[in-house]
Amino acid sequence: MSARGLAGLRRAWSGRALVVAVPLLWLGLFFALPFLVVAKISLSELAIAMPPYLPLAEWADGALSIVLNFGNYLFLLSDGLYVAAYLESLKIAAISTLFTLLIGYPMAYVIAMARPDRRNLLLMLVVLPFWTSFLLRVYAWIGFLKSNGIINNALMALGLTDAPLQLIQTDIAVYIGITYTYLPFMILPLYANLSRLDRSHLEAAADLGARPLTTFLTVTLPQSAGGIVAGCMLVFIPAVGEFVIPALLGGPDTLMIGRVLWDEFFSNRDWPVASAVAVVMLLVLIGPILLLRRAQAREES
Amino acid sequence: MTELSTATTPAVPPWADPEAQPFLRLDGVSKSFGGFEAVRGVTLDIYRGELFCLLGGSGCGKSTLLRMLAGFETPSAGRVLIDGEDQAGRAPHDRPTNMMFQSYALFPHMSVEKNIAYGLKRDGLPRAEIAARVADILALVQMTPFARRKPDQLSGGQRQRVALARALVKRPKLLLLDEPLGALDRKLREETQFELKKIQAEVGITFVVVTHDQEEAMTLSSRIGVMNAGEIVQVGTPHEIYEQPHSRFVANFIGSVNCIEGRVTGREGGHLRIACPDLGAEVTVESGFEAGAGEKVALALRPEKIAMGRTARPGFENMVTGRVEEVAYMGNLTIFQLRTDGGARLRVTQSNTTRTDADVPRIGENVQLQWTGAAGFVLGA
Ligand SMILES: Nc1ncnc2c1ncn2[C@@H]1O[C@H](COP(=O)(O)OP(=O)(O)OP(=O)(O)O)[C@@H](O)[C@H]1O
Ligand SMILES: [Mg+2]
Repeated sequence: MSARGLAGLRRAWSGRALVVAVPLLWLGLFFALPFLVVAKISLSELAIAMPPYLPLAEWADGALSIVLNFGNYLFLLSDGLYVAAYLESLKIAAISTLFTLLIGYPMAYVIAMARPDRRNLLLMLVVLPFWTSFLLRVYAWIGFLKSNGIINNALMALGLTDAPLQLIQTDIAVYIGITYTYLPFMILPLYANLSRLDRSHLEAAADLGARPLTTFLTVTLPQSAGGIVAGCMLVFIPAVGEFVIPALLGGPDTLMIGRVLWDEFFSNRDWPVASAVAVVMLLVLIGPILLLRRAQAREES
Repeated sequence: MTELSTATTPAVPPWADPEAQPFLRLDGVSKSFGGFEAVRGVTLDIYRGELFCLLGGSGCGKSTLLRMLAGFETPSAGRVLIDGEDQAGRAPHDRPTNMMFQSYALFPHMSVEKNIAYGLKRDGLPRAEIAARVADILALVQMTPFARRKPDQLSGGQRQRVALARALVKRPKLLLLDEPLGALDRKLREETQFELKKIQAEVGITFVVVTHDQEEAMTLSSRIGVMNAGEIVQVGTPHEIYEQPHSRFVANFIGSVNCIEGRVTGREGGHLRIACPDLGAEVTVESGFEAGAGEKVALALRPEKIAMGRTARPGFENMVTGRVEEVAYMGNLTIFQLRTDGGARLRVTQSNTTRTDADVPRIGENVQLQWTGAAGFVLGA
């Protein structure tokens, strides 16, 4: 290889290294480092101090002694409250994900099949709510759901109910809040997938005798599997740790792990247990995260 | 150019038989996209068991016409009747047609086998029968070893054969093929053309094949419909299309032709006499072309119908002298570009019947060009 070719190769290499280094640095700084800090706190002991835990490592008598305290994790397992909160979070996240899929799929399908010049407008409408504060949008739902809110007033005006329904401060309100908030995360990857669907495949299926529903089930749905997995994981993963929505819309017995975490940190000031809760949550989500990565890799190929 | 004759050609072909009922009837079919008319007033009868080729240049509306037969496009005007039934309002999945798509449209998430079985499953056939028919058709298109591959693991030609098998396996009344052999190399294409004809004779279904390859149309079809700018300009057997084209477009589109302008000087029985100043001669053509004396016409002469030699030979009604300007050796034949004494440029082809080229005229040589009265045909100005 010529010298110039080698130099070019080296330049390309350094360029590539830069491209890889920036996100790596980002991840290290804002994900790995904080996670290590949290993991460290989760292994220490609670103390009335500032910060409210004992250091892991100590110099005593000229020797370094490191005391790892797994008690916080054992405590999580032994207290049924935490296990229940994890399971409840997973359940609420899973059901909300299903709702976003059921609502998001048809929307993504319609956008993908719309005339090309209308697609961008429709996509804009999907993303538009992001332009206002997330907190405000969740507050707005209180206005809809409360006893003398828009929905109850409408129901009573139509004579469908005599007394207002209890909507706010229920699990239903949490489902509505999560489904509403995360819908774009479902629609966008599904749209990306469905817009690449080759229309001639649909025509071929029809030509071979498939009715529209059969065509959908045998051709469209299997080909959009990657988009479905990606969308579901993009909704499910953050929904598990959701705090604001259950806090604002949920009832006192809506037990989600995000709220437990909040309570441990700020009410109990038990940072070690709160950190352990966070670490376990991450471990629980590793499976779904890997699933998401696989789906994204497949979508790109 | 080769024209295969089918073994079972009836004495009178159905299109020449006024009693015969067409299997597919197009009645003034048009299609416009926005203001653009892609197909214009096509009226056409196709008979059972035919292998009909739609031939035309890119963008002339062949695919659009085929898609109207399959039900993917609704005609803006006109009717489509298959086996006597008006197809208006019928969805593609309700029509007795199957189509092989120009882009193949194989399902990427299914194996070759599953792709082919797809249509049979939709008909609710028993499993054992599906398996048997898939195996048969795989053998027919020589794809048995690839049954379990996905389409993206196949070559272009292999995909094409799978697409053909998938459309064929349902044994539709009418099979529509959009450029079925476009992706194959020349040799495989020729083999597959014969194969396609054989399959068609075996299964006995009616084929409508779209192609822009004139040789393919000549080889395959019972009849050809030549399309130009959305219209069918001529329908006929390959022989008719080649030997009796109605227009300069058809004459030029199929094979090559020398068009020499002239004026009619008179008629003698079945012969028309035409004065061609570019040839510096008056020529005689056997033709029923209706033209009065003085009318402007063109004499059309296929290059292989002109005899060329250093000396004149007896038995030809027409003769001019010309000079060889260019020679192109093609292997099986040689193409000569000549200029006649009158100034006309003529193209002449000669079969290379011997391996030596001692007798072949060289560039710059003067030769005699001769043709009979039956060699050419007359086209309107
Ligand atoms: N859906 C459509 N909308 C607008 N114009 C179209 C549409 N489909 C086809 N056309 C136009 O109609 C004309 C005929 O197209 P068609 O696909 O039938 O051509 P074709 O003869 O099959 O050409 P090719 O040999 O390149 O496949 C083209 O000019 C094309 O641009
Ligand atoms: Mg086409």
